[in-house]
Amino acid sequence: MELVMFWITAAVAVVGAVAMLVTRNAVHSALFLLLNFLAIAVLFLMLLAPFLFAIQLTVYAGAIMVLFLFVVMLLGAERVEDSTDKLAWQRWLALGLVGVLLVQAVVVGFLSRGTPQASADVAAVAAVSTPTAIGESLFTTYLLPFEITGILLLVAIVGVVVLQTRSQAHGGAFDVVTEDTIMSERSAETVVSVPDSQHAPEEEGTEAVSSR
Amino acid sequence: MVPTMYYVLLSAVLFTLGVLGVLIRRNAIVVFMSVELMLNAANLAFVAFARELATIDGQVIVFFVITVAAAEVAVGLALLVAIFRTRNTADIDEVSTLRG
Repeated sequence: MELVMFWITAAVAVVGAVAMLVTRNAVHSALFLLLNFLAIAVLFLMLLAPFLFAIQLTVYAGAIMVLFLFVVMLLGAERVEDSTDKLAWQRWLALGLVGVLLVQAVVVGFLSRGTPQASADVAAVAAVSTPTAIGESLFTTYLLPFEITGILLLVAIVGVVVLQTRSQAHGGAFDVVTEDTIMSERSAETVVSVPDSQHAPEEEGTEAVSSR
Repeated sequence: MVPTMYYVLLSAVLFTLGVLGVLIRRNAIVVFMSVELMLNAANLAFVAFARELATIDGQVIVFFVITVAAAEVAVGLALLVAIFRTRNTADIDEVSTLRG
């Protein structure tokens, strides 16, 4: 029974991945990728990892896919591959190399089939892999990586804000670029001269940028 | 219990499909999606081996991978929006100014 479930879910995952690759429309690609993520979430549940199942659903299927769909629709970049391929021969090279990789994976899988496996039974695994155990592990053994991850997320947020501010300033779609540059220079001056009131001009600058 | 080898083989297949997507698609957003597919395939292998060994460490690593993937997607899509604003294209063959 569990094996049947596995094959069905695996088929859904592979079909989602293949359909993502072959559809021309980027919105359809995103939705097929969502299908693939959901199938992998079900596989996590079958692997006795309920916490990762929830994380997969909320972070991947929720946040990341919304971000993808948002950017695709914001840019209107659904169909950018209509022009002829300048590097058509690379496509066949890629297909050949990927075929080699796939055959290698299957061969390695069959070769290692005979090796003895650490046969952990379901009850033992289920007792270990609870959300509580993951939380304890995160805040004791993996405390330093956890904190570094927090810093990474902060850096990502700052980086995205900086990228968007710069790209709007140099976008050229509006002729308010000089004003914008003056504003950011002024806020930089204020930061240097009066460190206590550094928040107010920065917020003004961000608001001025986002309102355009 | 489904053998761990099945999960690892499925993970290998999904990873290969992700590699194929990075190599043959030219829409930069779809290339990003293929990278996400590869990360997911690696996550699947991690969780499968965590069950095999009855430890929690594989799942913790998957937690970190998902966090890093979220940060990567945010920065990558911001870069894409910036490129699209300046060059008005999301085709990765068109963005070849750095080519020697």
